[in-house]
Amino acid sequence: MIRQHLPALQVILPLLAAPTCLLLRRAGLAWLFATVVGFATFAIAILLLRQVLSQGDIAYAMGGWSAPWGIQYYVDPVSALVLLIVSGISAVVLPYAARSVAQEIPSERRCVFYTLFLLCLAGMLGIAITGDAFNLFVFLEISSLSSYALISMGQDRRALTSSYQYLIMGTIGATFILIGVGLLYVMTGTLNMQDLAQRLPAVATTRTIHTAFAFLVVGLSLKLALFPLHLWLPNAYTFAPSVVTTFLAATATKVALYALLRFVFTIFGAEYAFNTMPLGPTLLLLALLGLFVASAVAIFQENIKRILAYSSVAQIGYMILGISFATVTGVSAGILHLFNHALMKGALFMAVGAIFLRTGSMQLQHLAGIGRRMPWTMAAVVIGGLSLIGVPLTVGFISKWYLIQAALERGWWPVAVLVLIGSLLALVYVWRILEAAYFDAPAKPDAHIKEAPLSLLIPTWALVLANIYFGIDTSLTVGVARQAAGLLLGVQP
Amino acid sequence: MSQALLLQGVLALPLLAAVLIVISGRSPNVREGVTLISAAGLFALVISLAPPVVDGARPALTLAEPFPGLPLVLELEPLGLLFALVASFLWIITSIYSIGYMRAHHEAHQTRFYACFAVALSAAMGVAFAGNMLTLFVAYEVLTLSTYPLVTHAGSDEAKRAGRVYLGLLMSTSMGFLLLAMVWTWSISGTLDFNPGGILRGKAGNTVLSILFVLYVFGIGKAALMPFHRWLPAAMVAPTPVSALLHAVAVVKAGVFTILKVCVYVFGLETVTTLAATQWLLYLAGATIVLASLVAMTKDNLKARLAYSTISQLSYVILGALLATQTAVIGSAMHIAMHAFGKITLFFCAGAVLVATHKTEVSDMRGLGRRMPITMAAFFIGSLSIIGLPPMGGTWSKWFLVLGTLEAQQMLLLGVLMLSSLLNIAYLLPVPVRGFFSKPKDELADGVKEAPLPCLIAIVITALGCMALFIYPEPLYRLSNLILSA
Amino acid sequence: MGILGHYNYWIVIFLMMVGFYIVISHGNLVKKIVGLNIFQASVFILYISMGKIHGGTAPIVAEGVSRYSNPLPHVLILTAIVVGVATTALGLALVVRINEAYGTVEEDEIHAKDSSL
Repeated sequence: MIRQHLPALQVILPLLAAPTCLLLRRAGLAWLFATVVGFATFAIAILLLRQVLSQGDIAYAMGGWSAPWGIQYYVDPVSALVLLIVSGISAVVLPYAARSVAQEIPSERRCVFYTLFLLCLAGMLGIAITGDAFNLFVFLEISSLSSYALISMGQDRRALTSSYQYLIMGTIGATFILIGVGLLYVMTGTLNMQDLAQRLPAVATTRTIHTAFAFLVVGLSLKLALFPLHLWLPNAYTFAPSVVTTFLAATATKVALYALLRFVFTIFGAEYAFNTMPLGPTLLLLALLGLFVASAVAIFQENIKRILAYSSVAQIGYMILGISFATVTGVSAGILHLFNHALMKGALFMAVGAIFLRTGSMQLQHLAGIGRRMPWTMAAVVIGGLSLIGVPLTVGFISKWYLIQAALERGWWPVAVLVLIGSLLALVYVWRILEAAYFDAPAKPDAHIKEAPLSLLIPTWALVLANIYFGIDTSLTVGVARQAAGLLLGVQP
Repeated sequence: MSQALLLQGVLALPLLAAVLIVISGRSPNVREGVTLISAAGLFALVISLAPPVVDGARPALTLAEPFPGLPLVLELEPLGLLFALVASFLWIITSIYSIGYMRAHHEAHQTRFYACFAVALSAAMGVAFAGNMLTLFVAYEVLTLSTYPLVTHAGSDEAKRAGRVYLGLLMSTSMGFLLLAMVWTWSISGTLDFNPGGILRGKAGNTVLSILFVLYVFGIGKAALMPFHRWLPAAMVAPTPVSALLHAVAVVKAGVFTILKVCVYVFGLETVTTLAATQWLLYLAGATIVLASLVAMTKDNLKARLAYSTISQLSYVILGALLATQTAVIGSAMHIAMHAFGKITLFFCAGAVLVATHKTEVSDMRGLGRRMPITMAAFFIGSLSIIGLPPMGGTWSKWFLVLGTLEAQQMLLLGVLMLSSLLNIAYLLPVPVRGFFSKPKDELADGVKEAPLPCLIAIVITALGCMALFIYPEPLYRLSNLILSA
Repeated sequence: MGILGHYNYWIVIFLMMVGFYIVISHGNLVKKIVGLNIFQASVFILYISMGKIHGGTAPIVAEGVSRYSNPLPHVLILTAIVVGVATTALGLALVVRINEAYGTVEEDEIHAKDSSL
């Protein structure tokens, strides 16, 4: 019985839990409740993934109204993987939140914080699971609005301005998406993704559809922070509370990327997007530019969170690069990196949050000597950083391998070379952090900085170990990614 | 089957040692005891693997499968066994030496030092017993990363800068070229296994294979082929035992070992000889031999001189691999072992001088032979082995390499080898000769005497090893011979 | 159908450009939100106007009527309006907080205060 309604529960559970958090009135209770809900959604995501892998796609008619009239939830390997990442990260981040939130957010706002967190979670899960184009827009706005509010809770007053900046850019992006969806509806009379996919080819050559495509791609690119539409991201990540940065960095852009995959491949189809429209070269160029510009900027930052934020922009370049190949290997490399990057950035931002908890600073110069004081936290940064660079035995290596393979398959060896040079840039900015932490002598030897508490270390290390585990045993990630890519491109892998 | 499990043990033992070292960090005696015992245990394990290999068995063990069809796998084969034997034996000796050196030199962070050392050895074993290119690459990168804390051990600004050069060069070559070459090979041939005769034969045109070959040779930055050699002199800021074992044996030999493997098992010797790039790479190796020797002559710092000497000697092995004749490959394989014994002796001596007198410059070592006769005598023996004069082991490997150049009719390279031997004499022998026969520049402080006993023991053993290898080169030769007969 | 045949679309495009221009060009945070609202409103009009069918009436079943306007866009846009209102509310709330923290709602002045930190 319950098993049948898992797709609905996946979204409804956090959605209903969110206002409940507000009613609990006590921060500790709200946290506990949110954590339980986080784990429950994770469990549901695991069950859904298993069901999809063993029995094939799940179509769920919301409220019993069947598809083209009602809203359909549709779970296939692509969405199941994204559900797994989003709920998994929330399950790891929430236990971590207790201490971190207690330090960074005043007590009267903590209940609101967990409410917003669950809303954001519900929105993202909704994006991943819905089979309806308009519903996707609504969920996108639920998650975006709650994340604007979450970001504004940062301690620094610049959190407010960066949240505002994000709000403006995010709303423009959302409105673009709305226009795109509207134009699609005008031409086809449906909003269901599968119906859209069937009816679009008949009208695909009209100017309206071209326009819709352009609006959708630009709108989603804004949301996923594709270079040069990434301007909101570095500030938002830098000034948001540590927990929010971790959660958003690991999930928000990934979910937007998923939405792009859905629109481009499922609705418009690879044939239209890459042959009729010049999506391939455009994405390729922007991905490579983003990769280099953002990595180069990251090298010159003095704030660790900002280094990692620019690195995120660069890493999004890798994902987009994989997608721009429009081959099974390329798209699966993109999806794989989507998963892997969530693991590495999650681990890194959590470790950095733990450092912030103890030192109260994010500046590189204040990091001096932290390697001695917080050995376990810094070890997590080391492994996360190595993963970012793409050293073997970490997930980063797996992504990089497939990206290079995809580039070589298309015969684009210069792209492969550029990918590798990109990871050397990552080596530079990661090493700046490590050198500051391990080599520089602390300016003032104050002894009170000690290792982060276990409630922060355990979640951090859970992700660090996941970085290593999925770098060695890739049967789940590579398997699902290839299946998903085959599905999106309409070929049997 | 049990052989396969032993393979796992070879990797696991040093890792276990690293954990135990960290745990026992508070008591130096236990910590160093653990190091010694695991070094001895590792050597015993490797020895026990030898008989089946000689009988032709090739036990393999799959560890994991990160890419479908491309597992992480360990496999026992003669060349790897040879490398592992040398590295694990010299780990014992270096451990003995380290105890004397690190204590006498009052180095800080000794626990980290011994732990990273053990991890590096595990990685070296991984390189030695890698069953395919992917596994080798993984171990290769772990080796780079685990030696980084050793290179930057001092924690000074100089160490930090040297660390940047070290990591920057090794990572950019391996990530930039080697990884690309591997993925390329994988997409051309669909396998990265080591196969006698090569996996790339006829899979692509001469041009593509040539490019690939160049990518491999430059990608293996640990082989220190010019112009990617700068990391090795930079690594000399490390404590002497690190320079001795890692930057004369484990790390650099892992580099040339990988090149040998690539030549023999990935391309196949036949293919190597037909590639257009081979001739150019041969000249580059020859140029490295001569140029590095010339640079070595200008260095007054003893460790820097030895580092450039190592760069030059590594190119001998590369040369042999590129010549791709049976004799040359045997010479290369033997040179891995011979040079290891010779060069580690020289580094031990340099360290002993440093500990006893705090002198690092060659010009300050005049007359030192009277105070430190054993050290200087050992230096003399090591030098002879590097130069390739009887009765030292280096003679044999050079002999086979010379025969190899003759077989391949590379007269120019024959000339390079001869010239290099002369240059070796010019930059190595002055040290012991002046040590014994010159008057000290300024009177040595009283009380300067030989280095601590553990150091001396290590020096004597490796020096004797150089001689023993001249008299009994047979086992080495047989192992090297097996590489191609498989 | 002349160039004015689709006059509703011209209005939409005009409003869209006006809104967009305000968002980009104005340094005052409140005005930016106003611009954003105009921008969004243009899209609402786009949706609603495309639901109109010539000669159609309100979609209520009644005798003698066979042509109805399409109700779905209205429903959709109701949701979008709610989202828009929420966005505006949040945006204005942020502006209030920014005003408290900086004492100004002008972008360049905020910049100047942050860079002087």
